[in-house]
Amino acid sequence: MTAPELVARSTGRAPGAVRGVLLVVEHAWVWYRRNWRATVVSSVLQPLLFLLAFGIGFGSLVQGGVGTAAATGGVGYLVWLAPALLAVSAVQTAAFESSYPVLSGFKWQRHYHGMTAGPVSPAQVALGHLAWVAIKTAGSGAVYIGVIALFGGVQSAGIVVSLIVAVLTGAAVAAPVTAFSATLESEGAAFSVLFRFVVIPMTLFSGTFFPVDRLPDWVQPVAWVSPLWHGTEVARAAALDRWQPLAALGHIAYLLVLVVLGAALAARMYTRRLQP
Amino acid sequence: MTAVDEPAATPAASSAALVRLLVPAGSYAGRSHALLIRSATASRRAWLAFVSGFSEPVFYLLAMGQGLGSMVGTLPGPDGAPISYAAFIAPGLLAASAMNGAVFDSTFNVFFKLKYGRIYDAMLATPLGPVDIALGEIGWALIRGGLYSLGFLAVMGGFGLLVSPWALLALPAALLVAFAFAAVGMAATSFMRSWQDFDLVTLVVLPMFLFSTTFYPLSVYPRWLQIVVECLPLYHAVELMRGLTTGVVHVGLLGHLAYFAVMIAFGVVVAARRLDALLLR
Repeated sequence: MTAPELVARSTGRAPGAVRGVLLVVEHAWVWYRRNWRATVVSSVLQPLLFLLAFGIGFGSLVQGGVGTAAATGGVGYLVWLAPALLAVSAVQTAAFESSYPVLSGFKWQRHYHGMTAGPVSPAQVALGHLAWVAIKTAGSGAVYIGVIALFGGVQSAGIVVSLIVAVLTGAAVAAPVTAFSATLESEGAAFSVLFRFVVIPMTLFSGTFFPVDRLPDWVQPVAWVSPLWHGTEVARAAALDRWQPLAALGHIAYLLVLVVLGAALAARMYTRRLQP
Repeated sequence: MTAVDEPAATPAASSAALVRLLVPAGSYAGRSHALLIRSATASRRAWLAFVSGFSEPVFYLLAMGQGLGSMVGTLPGPDGAPISYAAFIAPGLLAASAMNGAVFDSTFNVFFKLKYGRIYDAMLATPLGPVDIALGEIGWALIRGGLYSLGFLAVMGGFGLLVSPWALLALPAALLVAFAFAAVGMAATSFMRSWQDFDLVTLVVLPMFLFSTTFYPLSVYPRWLQIVVECLPLYHAVELMRGLTTGVVHVGLLGHLAYFAVMIAFGVVVAARRLDALLLR
C-alpha cells in the first residue's frame, strides 16, 4: 500500500440537480428491493380484491341490466371499471406513501436529516420522494393490468395510456399530500382526517364504480375538484377509445397544475424543515 | 364496570371470580374504569379523529346506495321480498363498521400504545393489572363502536331504511359483533411481532368486508364459494343485521348469535391467557 492512497481525497462532487433526485430514488429502491414482500398486501392484493369484489362479483350481479348498460355505455362492467380501478389504486398508494412514510422521514426514522447532511438538497429529497411514488404506482399498475387482462377486462391497448394517466393522477394526489405531511409535527388526528374526509370520499364520489351523474346534484361539485375524477375520465376515455380531445386536455391540465403546485410546495416545506 | 359483566353475563361478583380464576393473581384490580376515563380524556383532544370514524360508512351508504343502486334496482331481501339496494347494503355497512372499528382498536391502536406510546408500562406501575387494561380497552372500543352504530342507525332512519321496530335490536347486536371482533383482535395482537404482521390483519379484514354479502347477495357465487363465505364471521353479522333492520326475524338468527358467543369465549380465553405475554414482556 502506497502513501498517496491514504491521503483523504474528496470522493466526488456535489450531485447535479437531477442526480440528487435519482440518489433519493435509489435510496427507496434499495429498501424496496429487500422489503417488497411486506408491501405486497397493500399495493397489489388490495386493488386485486376490489377488482374481484366489484369487477367480478358485483359485475355479475348487474350484467345485462338496463341501468348498467346506460351507465357503462354498452361495454361490460369489468371493462368499464378496469381503467378507473387503475386510477383509484394509484391514488390510494400515492396518498398512503405520502403520509406516514414522509412523517417518518422527518420524525421517526429521520433519514431525511441523514440525506441532507450530505450534498443532497431538501428540494431534491422532496422530488425524489415524489419520483419514487410515481415509479411505484407505475409498477403496481402494470402488474394490475396483467391481472385485469386475465379476467378479460382489457379491451384495447389504450389501457397503457390509462396507466400513464393513472400515474399522473397519483402524482397529483401525492404532491399536495407530501407537502401537507411535511408540515406535521405528529400524526395526531391529521392522517385519520385526511384519509376519512378526503381520500375515501374521493374514491367513492369520483365516478369509479358508477357515473357521477347518478349522485344527487349537490354532491357532483365534489367530483369536479377531485383529481381522481379528472384522472378517471381520461383513463376511461383511453381504455374505451372514447376521446373528447378538449375535455381530456382540460382534465390533464388540471392534474398537471396540481402536480407542479404540489411539488413546488413540497420542496418549499422540506427546505423550511430541513434547513432552518 | 359493564365491560366486566359482558363475557359471561353473570352477576358482577361471580364474573369477577371467573376473571380471577382465569388470570394470575395481581393481574386484576377491578379498576378498568380508569382506562375508560383515560380514553375519554384522550379523545377529547382528538375529537375530529373520533368523529371521523362515524363518517366512513355514511359515505359508503351515500355513494354506493345511490350510485350502484341505480344499476341494481331492487334485490331480494331476507324473506325474498324485494328491497332497495340502499336497504340491502346499509345493514352490511353497519356490521362491517362494527367489525372494522373493533379490529382497528384492538390491533393497530393497542399495538401502537404498547410498543411506541408505551402507555401500558406507565399504567402497570399503578395498581392496575393487565386484565384491567384489557377490559378497559375492550370496553372503550365498545363504547366508541356503540356510538358509531347509533349514529349510523340514525342516518339509516333518516333515509327511511328502518322499517321495523326490530331495528332497535341492531344496536345491541352491533355491540355483540364488535365485542367478538375486539376479543379475537386482542388475542391476535398478543402474537404480533412488528408492523409487518399487521398486513395479515388487512388480509383478513378487507376480503371479509368485500365478500361477506355486504355489497351483493350470496347468489352471485358458485356453491363451493357460498359455503366458504358462510363460514366467515362477518357474513353472520351481516345476516343478523339484515334480518333485524328489515324486520325479518326468525329462529335462525339465534344461530348467528351463537357464532359470536363462541367467538367471544375463544377470544377472551386466549387474550386472558396471553395478557402476560402482551403486557408484561
